[in-house]
Amino acid sequence: MPEPSHFRRILILWIALSVIATPLVVILAAPGLPPGDATSEAAGQVTDNTVLLGIATPIAALLVVYFAYALIVFRHRGPEPDEGVAIRGDNRVQLTWIVATAAIVLFAAVYGTVRIFGDSGAGGGQGPNPIAKPSGDPLQVQVIAQQWAFTYRFPSFGGVETPHLELPVDQDVEFHVTSLDAIHSFWAHQLGVKADANPGVDNVAYARPTETGSFDIRCAELCGLFHGHMFDTGQVVSDSSFQAWIRGQQREFAPATRNLNPYNRGYLPHPERRAG
Amino acid sequence: MNTAAAERPLWRRLLGFNLLAGIVLGVAGFYFGWWLGHQIHAKSLAYFADTNQNDVALLLGYLFFPIGFVIGLGFAKYPLSRALGREPSHHENEEGGLGRYFGVCTDHKVVGMQYMVGIGVFFFIGGLNAMLIRAELLRPSPQLFGAGNYLTIVGLHGAMMMGVMSSAILGPFANYFVPLMIGAKRMAFPRIEALTFWLLMAAGVIFVSTIFFGGFPTGWTGYAPLNDQANFGFDSYIFFFALVGLSMTLLGLNLIATIVTMRAPGMTWGRLPMFCWGVLSTSGLMVLAAPVLIAALLMVAFDRSLQTSFFLTSGGGSPYLFENLFWFFGHPEVYVVLLPAMGITAEIITVHGRKKLFGYKTVLYTTIATGIISFFVWAHHQFVAGIDPRIMATLWRAKIRYTVPMLFCLAWFFNFFIGGVSGFFLSDTPSDVSTHGSFFVMAHFHYTIMGGLIFAFFAAIYYWVPKMTGLRFNERLAKIHFWTMFIAFNSTFGPLFALGLMGMPRRVATYASNLQPLNIWVSVSAFVLGASMLVFLANVLYSMVIAREPAEANPWRSKSLEWQLPTPVPVHNFDRIPVFDADPYDYGIPPVAPRHVPAGASGVAPYPDRK
Repeated sequence: MPEPSHFRRILILWIALSVIATPLVVILAAPGLPPGDATSEAAGQVTDNTVLLGIATPIAALLVVYFAYALIVFRHRGPEPDEGVAIRGDNRVQLTWIVATAAIVLFAAVYGTVRIFGDSGAGGGQGPNPIAKPSGDPLQVQVIAQQWAFTYRFPSFGGVETPHLELPVDQDVEFHVTSLDAIHSFWAHQLGVKADANPGVDNVAYARPTETGSFDIRCAELCGLFHGHMFDTGQVVSDSSFQAWIRGQQREFAPATRNLNPYNRGYLPHPERRAG
Repeated sequence: MNTAAAERPLWRRLLGFNLLAGIVLGVAGFYFGWWLGHQIHAKSLAYFADTNQNDVALLLGYLFFPIGFVIGLGFAKYPLSRALGREPSHHENEEGGLGRYFGVCTDHKVVGMQYMVGIGVFFFIGGLNAMLIRAELLRPSPQLFGAGNYLTIVGLHGAMMMGVMSSAILGPFANYFVPLMIGAKRMAFPRIEALTFWLLMAAGVIFVSTIFFGGFPTGWTGYAPLNDQANFGFDSYIFFFALVGLSMTLLGLNLIATIVTMRAPGMTWGRLPMFCWGVLSTSGLMVLAAPVLIAALLMVAFDRSLQTSFFLTSGGGSPYLFENLFWFFGHPEVYVVLLPAMGITAEIITVHGRKKLFGYKTVLYTTIATGIISFFVWAHHQFVAGIDPRIMATLWRAKIRYTVPMLFCLAWFFNFFIGGVSGFFLSDTPSDVSTHGSFFVMAHFHYTIMGGLIFAFFAAIYYWVPKMTGLRFNERLAKIHFWTMFIAFNSTFGPLFALGLMGMPRRVATYASNLQPLNIWVSVSAFVLGASMLVFLANVLYSMVIAREPAEANPWRSKSLEWQLPTPVPVHNFDRIPVFDADPYDYGIPPVAPRHVPAGASGVAPYPDRK
């Protein structure tokens, strides 16, 4: 029996599988994935994941088809081994593979970089001097992490410090994340925000909530004994509710606010007290 | 058996440089350091620091324990004899029975077996910790352990696996098979080879002893300033990783020296088996990366005991510095784990597909390039494309046989592919914002490290152990082991991607209650995964102790040199140094019989055509 054209068969199977699977993944599965679309940053991450899944699906299909085909068709049964075909290598195949993978990796690198700038940092911490900023005048919120709780300070509202977080909808927010002791990480899951909290460092991240609702806040960097207990629920509310809430907080914490250190981008831990 | 040794009375045999003396001197060393630390530091302790924990004493104890241990084992004998002008023995304990395995032995095959058992014990401890973690995560609030114990268990699991698994393939398999593959009678530095193993054992003892000192709450990364704040159980972390690092550096140097200088005539660089190339690149990484870790840990020890502040913001130091130093080691470490695993798959797939390795040169260059690139990406993980597909192309028009090692190799591909695709998302910065530090990352690196390294490790066990012990594995039990392990592995770590996306951070015992059903699923799968290891243990017991069916000398019909030797391999491997006239992947050309046979290997007829 003459050797059938394995190459053509694999090609047909691959194209068929890709044509079926890719739209299913891109249209049906990917847009519903977390973190959702509560902020423009979170929605941007979902878009990015959809694009990457769109690239990854045909690659996965190729490998699945190739493996399934090779493992079934080229199987050898019987007690004694039989010799395969003496092929040492094929420059065309190798070159194609190198060029294709390099192109995909370069695309991913360029795409990710472009998206990060276009999306005001995609919700990630950018350090003290952020490059990708939203236009306009964002609401400043300082996130102060310590073992084992987050507190939030609003410099534009008299430097009041609150134990919970509420944010106004449709308003850019500028988070200044810092820590008083160990390294923490401020993760507001549905907002698509994650920024490490380093002692003495001002780490800036942006988000623009686009719908009201609650979001989860967790610490995402191991910070000691009660790391697992460092969580809270925040709220995105209408602008009028936010104003009412922050005025209430200012009244409630007025005595405490008077005794706080003046607002600062980073609070060094007390020198005689070793961190923590 | 050495008859002279056997006739001596028991007390005479126990006296001298051996494991017993090592343990006695090791414990004595620990208490000496402990005592010394109290002399230095006890009076000032209450004055300068608000603690009753004497870090200096524990650090010195951990420093003198391994020193006493290796002196007791007899590592000082050779340099002392040299210093006194005597002619020392150049081979130690190479003849004799089981006793060789319980002390210093300069036979690379004995060290390989010692590593195999030692690594197995560590892997078992690390695995038990994983079971405890999953038991805790059955419920969304802490139930079995307090927060401190939970973090200690997580740290023990992570550090044990990372620290010890880096030698999981180089220790047993490279030590055993590299000399056989390149036609050498021994390693370049046999005594250093033995030392690496015993240092690793000392490191393991130090690490487990952390439970007597309160554990440590830092995970395997041990970031500053948490590491400074941690109570003194963290000192065992410091010395564990420092000793593992030392062992890795020496092991790497030894393997580089062996492969570079001790190849037999005809074993050109272009004929070197892929496994040796993987080992060589890995050794390069170890030698360059591990000392950085040792230095960083030393600085942590100074921060903790001498009140320096390399990593403390309050004293002008930087916690970023520790992160950078740690990942300068930690990232190459991932490839330390990966590259030899790739070498193993290259060996097994060519043998079982009866094909030459597709694009040998390209695989080779990518292996080296991966090693080099790994140094530049310590701050994050990158999608380093290109190696596995080429080994994959070796399957093209092959004649594939599905033996157990081959099944493990194919599972390796599958797992590593999923690990690679998930890495694609992690490497894209916008996506990484939501996945970083979550269970998504955890799933990713378990797919690459456990799905990669451990599956390759078992492939190597089923492939090479019949050569090492001369006994055959039970095929049916091996297949049960493979299928339970493969299915349970995917069922455990696949859902973790979903958990990560849904917002579950790493290293917490408290999580949102809507994540509980998935967590229960993962825990139950993890227990099945643990049970599959018991199937493996049962197979080892049955095949190696009870049934004891002899294995063929070359059951896979391989053309690589180690399989041309008789089983068991003679003490000095070859009577005369062999000469190579073909490469090890010369498949696809009948007859099946090997083309290069070492001249004068005892029990093997020399290749008839050789001039």
